[in-house]
Amino acid sequence: MRFEHPATFNPIDQLKVIGHPTSRIEGPLKTTGTAPYAYERHDVVTNQAYGYVVGSAIGKGRIATINLEAANAAPGVLAIVTAENAGKLGKGERNAAPLLGGPEIAHYHQAVAVVVAGTFEQARAAAQLVRIDYVKGDGKFDLAAAIDAAGTPTPSFGGPADTAVGDFAVSFAAAPVQLDATYTTPDQGHAMMEPHASIAAWDDGKLTVWTSNQMIAWGAEDMAKTLGIPKENVRLVSPYIGGGFGGKLFLRADVLLAALGARAAGRPVKVTLQRPLMFNNTTHRPATIQRIRIGAERDGRITAIGHESWSGNVKDGEPEMAVSQTRLLYAGANRMTATRLAALDLPEGNAMRAPGEASGMMALEIAIDELADKLGIDPVVLRISNDTQVDPEHPERHFSQRQLVQCLSDGAARFGWDKRDPKPGQIRDGRWLVGMGVAAAFRNNLVTKSAARVRLDQQGTVTVETDMTDIGTGSYTIIAQTAAEMMGVPLERVVVRLGDSDFPVSCGSGGQWGGNNSTAGVYAACVKLRESIAQKLGFNSEEAEFADGVVRSGNRSAPLAQAAGQGDLVAEDAIEYGDLAKTYQQSTFGAHFVEVGVDADTAEIRVRRMLAVCAAGRILNPKAARSQVIGAMTMGVGAALMEYLVVDKRHGLFITHDLAAYEVPVHADIPHQDVIFLDETDPMSSPMKAKGVAELGICGVAAAVANAVHNATGVRVRDYPITLDKLLAGMPEPV
Amino acid sequence: MRAFSYERATSPGAAATAAASTANAKFIAGGTNLLDLMKLEIETPAHLIDVNDLALDRIEQTADGGLRIGALVRNTDLAADARVRRDYGVLSRALLAGASGQLRNKATTAGNLLQRTRCPYFYDTDLPCNKRKPGSGCAAIGGFSRQLAVVGASEACIATHPSDMAVAMRALDAVVETVRPDGATRSIPIADLHRLPGDSPEIETVLQPGELITAVALPKPVGGKQAYRKVRDRASYAFALVSVAAIVQPDGTGRVALGGVAHKPWRLEAAEAKLPDGAKAVTARLFADAKPTKDNAYKLQLAERTLAAVLREARA
Repeated sequence: MRFEHPATFNPIDQLKVIGHPTSRIEGPLKTTGTAPYAYERHDVVTNQAYGYVVGSAIGKGRIATINLEAANAAPGVLAIVTAENAGKLGKGERNAAPLLGGPEIAHYHQAVAVVVAGTFEQARAAAQLVRIDYVKGDGKFDLAAAIDAAGTPTPSFGGPADTAVGDFAVSFAAAPVQLDATYTTPDQGHAMMEPHASIAAWDDGKLTVWTSNQMIAWGAEDMAKTLGIPKENVRLVSPYIGGGFGGKLFLRADVLLAALGARAAGRPVKVTLQRPLMFNNTTHRPATIQRIRIGAERDGRITAIGHESWSGNVKDGEPEMAVSQTRLLYAGANRMTATRLAALDLPEGNAMRAPGEASGMMALEIAIDELADKLGIDPVVLRISNDTQVDPEHPERHFSQRQLVQCLSDGAARFGWDKRDPKPGQIRDGRWLVGMGVAAAFRNNLVTKSAARVRLDQQGTVTVETDMTDIGTGSYTIIAQTAAEMMGVPLERVVVRLGDSDFPVSCGSGGQWGGNNSTAGVYAACVKLRESIAQKLGFNSEEAEFADGVVRSGNRSAPLAQAAGQGDLVAEDAIEYGDLAKTYQQSTFGAHFVEVGVDADTAEIRVRRMLAVCAAGRILNPKAARSQVIGAMTMGVGAALMEYLVVDKRHGLFITHDLAAYEVPVHADIPHQDVIFLDETDPMSSPMKAKGVAELGICGVAAAVANAVHNATGVRVRDYPITLDKLLAGMPEPV
Repeated sequence: MRAFSYERATSPGAAATAAASTANAKFIAGGTNLLDLMKLEIETPAHLIDVNDLALDRIEQTADGGLRIGALVRNTDLAADARVRRDYGVLSRALLAGASGQLRNKATTAGNLLQRTRCPYFYDTDLPCNKRKPGSGCAAIGGFSRQLAVVGASEACIATHPSDMAVAMRALDAVVETVRPDGATRSIPIADLHRLPGDSPEIETVLQPGELITAVALPKPVGGKQAYRKVRDRASYAFALVSVAAIVQPDGTGRVALGGVAHKPWRLEAAEAKLPDGAKAVTARLFADAKPTKDNAYKLQLAERTLAAVLREARA
């Protein structure tokens, strides 16, 4: 199905199932521990052996010698795979550094060997006996030191390296009120609950991998490419995923090493990345240095806005596109953005929840707060007065929907923003200095092809198959809701099967595109199935109504199941998009409001209240969407206050590489969170009229926290995370 | 993890004897720290002596009106003990500020005292660490040291002791009771239990090979207002950036021990004498010999401000 014109009324608009807060259909499996995750697939293949990964002990250089003698002789060892004996390996389309390093080392903890043994304990013990002599090279690990030599990246997924409209330099210089500030965001890790894990089994040259991956088709394709085997010979299965946040978008070392280990050992092998390895072995959100300049009239009208960002990456890696939102979020006739990329030898930087926007909003939305201070204008009012309903770079191009102003004003009213004292450091509650902060939320809606197969059987059960993944987001449930709405059956009559490369290729989970596109793909397949059902039952498919397990047309009706009386009816289709995403700018908007307390003595920061108001198209399942947004708000608090992959610039690694040193919020850090979804349908996005929401939830949160901290204390911190040591000097003298 | 042999000890004396007579042996109680370190091969004992059956899990009144806490009393049980809560509030509060509920259920009193540093360089076996591999150097010096020691450290090591409980016990003048392989027992004031790193940071306590902690004795209650204030980036489940254990008497005298600043709980009786002069005077003396790094210099100011807050509350 091609989606070329704005959606009109369709069966989804009945909202009998769609739009209702619905508990996850797979929830009971998860809460009872019976949803099988990759490492626990004991049942899928017999005789599984265990692989343990050895990571490089240096950040840059090469392996001089590897001595496997002691490890090979250790109890239970079946095989050891290194780059020396792995055979020729290619590199996946979406990998920068090779997943199996050696002799050249691209980054710390790059996998250099996998030790396969009969038990996990044997593999782990033997891995410690692998003796590797390294020759350390000169690596570049310091972003601040590398930016002078930073280059102009080729245009990428996130847009061109340079954009310009009007004359930024002249109008900025002429502006009566100017802000020019530099912000930094640190490297951050996904730190999802389930580590990367895979079980690989070979059968006559064909490989099956039970894994944990967000993008099944990408993974299968890159696995085939890396191994140099036909794509048809690779099957990836990933029905349950314990979090990903972008860390599982791509083929990673666990998959490759399980496959190589299984080939070498001649039996199935399972591999998980041990937690202390994950932060340096896999990808991360790269650090940025961002300079923002804004020129405004005294009435608050922005006349010039410029945003430059520097990040680093390994060879073949891409920049963090932290300037993307600045091109679209606020009005202003004169604009520029610039993205530069420095060569670093740290682990590969790549997507993490709202890549680009999350980092960019961390800086931009402090800058707007600072500008509001300079102007003496309320930061909510300043944002509203610089709203734009068109793409500022292409004013002929309208937003399909843009309710930012509504989000801000509704949020301000609900949060009690009028109680905020614009003068910092004025509100006291016992030992706490209390402050409020606001930030806009903004994230684009991405449309991409997504396919599904739908089957009706003679019991009237509808089964959906697509390689879409559920990374904890609720995909199972919204897909079931979609099929139930389309086929006129209750949710219980729908079976959803996901995450298998044997199923039709979906959009996968990433970039908050999963919800809208995958359900639109299911919609397309259901339209087709409805046609063949109608035909089978002798109805005109245009007129047939599907409800309550019955198909009706005029005064005739027949049970749905009857259509499958002589055998299952199967339909497969994909949603494909025309130009609506080009003609209209499709984005999601929100406003985050945060109240913090800062301990007047110790400068400890604790969040007291949070509110997000979101306008993100039709909300397919308010319960699941709320879970996504409160999770994202929590992650935003982490980004604001604690998450920090600290670079050891001498040894070239992230030294905070376990869950004790890389702090993420715990329950005690997160207060009551409110989420409001504005009533919105976006007919430009898809027949579902939905958009993404999961990444919108994190965009702006950290800045809202930062702005609240400033309001509480008067201290402006421009370098994340905002930790107490950065506040102490500016805190009031102890009484 | 290396393969190891294992036995369950039947008496404290037998445990100590077994430990002394077996090469590279370690005691295991709760195992909350040791097992993690074994998985990373930071600890590589050849033999584990499980002491969990030793019936050292009671809290008893002592003849002089104090409490004797068995070495195996779990942190959760110790924190919840009515006598501890009534008479040694600083200890109960310190315990509850540590780790997580699950870990406190498992962790023991003696094990808490003997837990090892959380310095990230100690945990990464590819990097130098004098504590893990004597003579290899200290990667924390010149590295990421925001969490690390500001006082009492050395050129060889700037690690901190991570315990909260030990800081409170230091303020309470607890005494550690042990049994040695020859059957002799001794009492070690907690002030003397932990060593400063000096040239041999790998030797963390004065315990002799095979020596087993059997109990920690608390002297009779000293009264006063007792507080434990732990400062950290997140609200729970994090090690202290700085912590303050304080006992403040109505006349303004009292005791102060700091956590998160040194290789051991940091208390100087000479500094406490300055309590009537306020927090600044106390911390000035506590940190007279401090040598902070650029990353952790904030701890000096933070400790002073935290102590000031504790004193203000105690006197309110």
